[in-house]
Amino acid sequence: MKELSVDNLHVAIDGNEILKGLSLVVKPGEVHALMGPNGSGKSTLASTLMGHPRYEITEGSVNLGGEDIASLSPDKRAKAGLFLSFQYPAELSGVSLQNFLRTAYNNVKRPSGNPIPVLEFRRMLLENMKKLGMDEKFAGRSVNEGFSGGEKKRAEIVQLAVLDPTIAILDETDSGLDVDALKAVAQGIEALRGPSLGIVLITHYSRILKYIEPDFVHIMVNGKIIASGKADLAHQIEEKGYEGMGNR
Amino acid sequence: MDRSAGFRACAKQKIPMPAATKQPVINDIASQQFGADPIAYSFMSKPGLSERVVKEISHYKNEPEWMRAQRLRALKIFDSKPMPTWGADLSDIDFQSIYYYLRPTDKVAKTWDDVPDSIRKTYDRLGIPQAERKYLAGVMAQYESEAVYHSLKSQLEKLGVIFLDMDTALKKHPDIVKKYFGTVIPAGDNKLAALNSAVWSGGSFVYVPSGVRVEIPLQAYFRINAERAGQFERTLIVAEEGSYVHYVEGCTAPIYTANSLHAAVVEIIVKKGARVRYTTVQNWSKNVYNLVTKRTYVYEEGTMEWVDGNFGSKVTMKYPSVYLLGKGAKGDVLSLAFAGAGQHQDAGGKAIHGAPYTSSKIVSKSVSKESGRTSYRGMVFIPHGMKGCKSTVICDALLLDEHSRSDTYPTMDIRESDTQITHEATVGKIGENQLFYLMSRGLSQAEAMSMVVSGFIEPIAKEIPLEYAVEMNRLIEMEMEGSVG
Repeated sequence: MKELSVDNLHVAIDGNEILKGLSLVVKPGEVHALMGPNGSGKSTLASTLMGHPRYEITEGSVNLGGEDIASLSPDKRAKAGLFLSFQYPAELSGVSLQNFLRTAYNNVKRPSGNPIPVLEFRRMLLENMKKLGMDEKFAGRSVNEGFSGGEKKRAEIVQLAVLDPTIAILDETDSGLDVDALKAVAQGIEALRGPSLGIVLITHYSRILKYIEPDFVHIMVNGKIIASGKADLAHQIEEKGYEGMGNR
Repeated sequence: MDRSAGFRACAKQKIPMPAATKQPVINDIASQQFGADPIAYSFMSKPGLSERVVKEISHYKNEPEWMRAQRLRALKIFDSKPMPTWGADLSDIDFQSIYYYLRPTDKVAKTWDDVPDSIRKTYDRLGIPQAERKYLAGVMAQYESEAVYHSLKSQLEKLGVIFLDMDTALKKHPDIVKKYFGTVIPAGDNKLAALNSAVWSGGSFVYVPSGVRVEIPLQAYFRINAERAGQFERTLIVAEEGSYVHYVEGCTAPIYTANSLHAAVVEIIVKKGARVRYTTVQNWSKNVYNLVTKRTYVYEEGTMEWVDGNFGSKVTMKYPSVYLLGKGAKGDVLSLAFAGAGQHQDAGGKAIHGAPYTSSKIVSKSVSKESGRTSYRGMVFIPHGMKGCKSTVICDALLLDEHSRSDTYPTMDIRESDTQITHEATVGKIGENQLFYLMSRGLSQAEAMSMVVSGFIEPIAKEIPLEYAVEMNRLIEMEMEGSVG
């Protein structure tokens, strides 16, 4: 089992410590919801796990399938089976979603050469886009350029589906979505759920959890996980708020 | 030595054409004036510029008197004009160390071992066939095509299209050449145009009769077995009323030359309702000063499109121009420049609106990395009374690191109020977040950077014939690998 194991993680940006000893184990097949208020360090955790160069690990470890990935560049982590769905995905002018994702696919899934035939890839892409309710024309459009918030998030989940990782971190995938978009994206994620994929669902609100029942819920405050439990923990947040949880 | 191939022999576009010309019978000419020994052309075969050199070139080519006189007038103009100092640094050019003409027999003078490693590596990466590499690197005098291309030639002849190297055109069609040569870019235009007018050799002559559409792009490569174009090509294209032609010159493979100056002149005349597109992809070796004057006269309802991609060279100064001289004339300049360490690409475009209801568009995209420098230099001139003119200028620069540099020198001289002018300029850097995003999808840093660069230049790259565009992307990938180390 290729599990993600984060142990006593301390992370600083420009000398300021944001994560202060965070531990988490995610196995393929599990869905973990990571909830917390703004500024608790959720996005820092997401970026750090994927290897953003600005985030410095000062203590602790990150392992994927028993391999220490903390010193790997983001592309190597992707090849090791990690995926990050961005809260604010970058725009790539002049690069079509299809070309971008095919290049990514060949890097991640066919590292030893033997690239996927263009038409075969296009079929796979369009199939996944259809599931997310994305019009075909997006395949030929520049990545995320001029996409609405909902379209960007759908495109992230399409990428998740195509790249088929072992562990996916979804950073506030539900933020900025209207009800319909939220439902479509959540159903897309739910459809990918299965024994070979572990998911870390980072969210501020519990509303996405109406569509995706997590196996575990963790409450993160001030750079640490302060409470972990089953799905019902999310409901307590709804009632008491994060402050209430801090008093436990 | 002339070690330039001048034009790219395209691996993917094997449509060679037989030599359009025979080499002049040098012994006969030589014996008339200099005695039986052809080596009597003693000035021409040494470096340096003088009246004697120009006379020898003209004599050697057995040119008509008017051309000889024109060359000599041009030389006087060259001598009298100061070096331009308003653009890139040209102070290192030593005109007396340059060869101004080389006979075909002089050309093979070195071996494959003399070709720099970096250039050989690029040929490898671009997958240039062995025979072609030797030609490009100047090791081989002629590129031997495996097939003889008759159909294009006869097709063109049937249409009345003339497509020859300039030297042959001067012999076979002296009247047409004389009528147009130097009318768009006279020798007095600038110092480098004067130099070209004095010592020009090779280049293309294209004449498209009225109403004729040439459906396949004419590539300089077609006449690669003809006299090799070198440092001082002279190209003239005349498109008669209602005609169309697309001319493609260049090569993404680096053209190696030990001679460090390329001063070409391209003149184009687009008559009423005609359309000409001229595409250049150039990748001179990084010791070359690439100083080119390109200009088109566009008449009523005519359209001119310059598509100009500049890689390589030490310094490039090139501003393809459109002179819109008839009502409804249109001119586009798409310019792309890539500057790596030690390079300065000073490029852009000019649009002179000499008639009402004319429109122009200049789009410039530049990329610089390491100590590379790009400059956009452009001009739009709309005199008083030229009503209803439109002009759009877009110049975007992308800097790949903190050592690269980009400058913009736009001139807008608009003296008529009834016009629509837009000008946009952006300077961007590759964002950390863009790179992180791409790398999180499994792309290495070099791959991520080249993807951003390819996307940036895409609006122009899509206008370039596919086989060149594909090679251009490979070139960019190589440059990115180099910069990431």
